[in-house]
Amino acid sequence: MQVAEHDTAPGTAKELGAFLEHRREQIAQRWADAALFRTVFTVSRDEAVEACKAVVDALADVSRSGRLEDVEAPGFFTVRDQLGRMAAARARAGFTPTQIAGEVAGLREPVTALLRAEFQDDADDARVTACTQAVTVLTSTLRLVIMETTVSAGEELIARQRQQLLEVATPVIKLWDGVVAVPLIGTLDSARSQVVMESLLEAIVDQRAAYAILDITGVPTVDSLVAQHLMKTVAAARLMGAECIVSGIRPAIAQTIVQLGIDLGSIITRAGLADALAYALTRQGIVVSARPVTEAGPR
Amino acid sequence: MTGLPAMHPGPGPVPVLALGDVLLVTLQGELHDGAAEQLQHDISRRIASSPMPVAGVVIDLSGVEIIDSFLGRVLAEIAASARLLAARTTLAGMRPAVAITLVELGLTLPGLSTALNVEKALSLLGRASSAAPTAHLEEGA
Repeated sequence: MQVAEHDTAPGTAKELGAFLEHRREQIAQRWADAALFRTVFTVSRDEAVEACKAVVDALADVSRSGRLEDVEAPGFFTVRDQLGRMAAARARAGFTPTQIAGEVAGLREPVTALLRAEFQDDADDARVTACTQAVTVLTSTLRLVIMETTVSAGEELIARQRQQLLEVATPVIKLWDGVVAVPLIGTLDSARSQVVMESLLEAIVDQRAAYAILDITGVPTVDSLVAQHLMKTVAAARLMGAECIVSGIRPAIAQTIVQLGIDLGSIITRAGLADALAYALTRQGIVVSARPVTEAGPR
Repeated sequence: MTGLPAMHPGPGPVPVLALGDVLLVTLQGELHDGAAEQLQHDISRRIASSPMPVAGVVIDLSGVEIIDSFLGRVLAEIAASARLLAARTTLAGMRPAVAITLVELGLTLPGLSTALNVEKALSLLGRASSAAPTAHLEEGA
C-alpha cells in the first residue's frame, strides 16, 4: 500500500490538487448541504459555502504538497481550525465521535462524484482510479485530523470542568473579622486537598485571619492520606501565624482515625462549626451572651 | 530606631533594627547561606550586648519567596539561641507558598511562634512581656 502510493502519488496528488482548486466552487456548494456544515451554519448558507471553500483550498494545498497521508501537513492547520471547531461544536451538542466521523466521511461523496464527471470523457481508466484513490486517502487523513481535534476539544472541556468543580467545591467563607472557614463536602483526594490548602492560606492572607476553621462535616470518609493533608494544612496555617481548628469530625470518622493510629493530638478539634466559631471568638476576647430579658423586644 | 550599619565585611548583611525592647529583622528576597549565618551571629550578639533586656525578636518574612531547608534550620537555631538569652522569637508574615513548601519539606519549626504580620507579632510579644493577656474587644450591641 505504502509503496504503491509512492509510485503514483506525486503526479496524482498534484492532479488532484489542481482538480480541487478548479472545482472549488462546485465542491463548496455541494458540501454546504452536508450535515456537518448545515447544522453548524444554521444562519446563512453563504457562510457555510465560504467555510467549505477555505477547507477545499487547504486540501488543495495538501494535495499539491503531495503529503496526503501526513496529518502534520501544513494545509491541515486550516482544516483543524475550520472543521475542527465545527466538529467540537457537534461534540458539545452531544454527538458521539462515531457520528461525527460518519458526517466527515460524507464529505467524500461529492468530491468523488465530481471527479468521475470530470474524467468521464477520459479514456484513461487507471488515472481515474488513481485520483479516486487519492481522494479516499485524503479524506481518511482529514477524518483523522478532525477526530483528533474533537477528542482534544473534549479533553479541554473535561479539564476546565474539573477545575471549576474544584473551585466550586472549596468555598472559603469569612465567618467573623479574622475568622475564615472552609466547609468541606464530598470526598477529599490529593488534588482537592491541595486546592483546599491553597485557598485557605490565601484567604488567611487576604482577610488577615487569625483563625481558620476546617469543617469536615460533609466528608464521608477520612483515610490516612486525608488526615495527613489536614495536618499539613494546619501546620502551614500555623507557620503563617494563624490557628487552625478542625471541626465536624463524625463519631465513625473519629473511630477510624483512632483505629488507624493517626495522632491528631497537636490539632485543635471541635465538635461542630458553631463550637469552632465560639472557640475562635472566645480566644479573640469576644463574649457572646444572650440579651438580658429587660432589653428584649422589637428594634 | 537605629539601623545596624554594615560593619561586617561580607555580602550584604541583614540589618537588625531595635524597636524598644524588640529586635526587628526584615528579610528581603533571597538570603544566601553566608548572610543567614551572619544574621544568626548578629542577633545573638545584639541580644547579649543590648543595654536593656531584649524581650523578643521579630523576623519579617513577608518579602521572602523561597525558604530552603538551610534557612529553615537557621531560623530554628536563631530561636533556640534567643531563648537561651531569654528572648522569644516570632516569625511574621510568611507567605502561603512558603508555608506549603516548608510543610512539604517537613520543617514545621515547632519552637517558633508565628504571627500574621509584624504588627500582630509586636502585640504578641508586648502582651507576653506585660504578662497580662487582657485584650478585650467589646462587641457593640
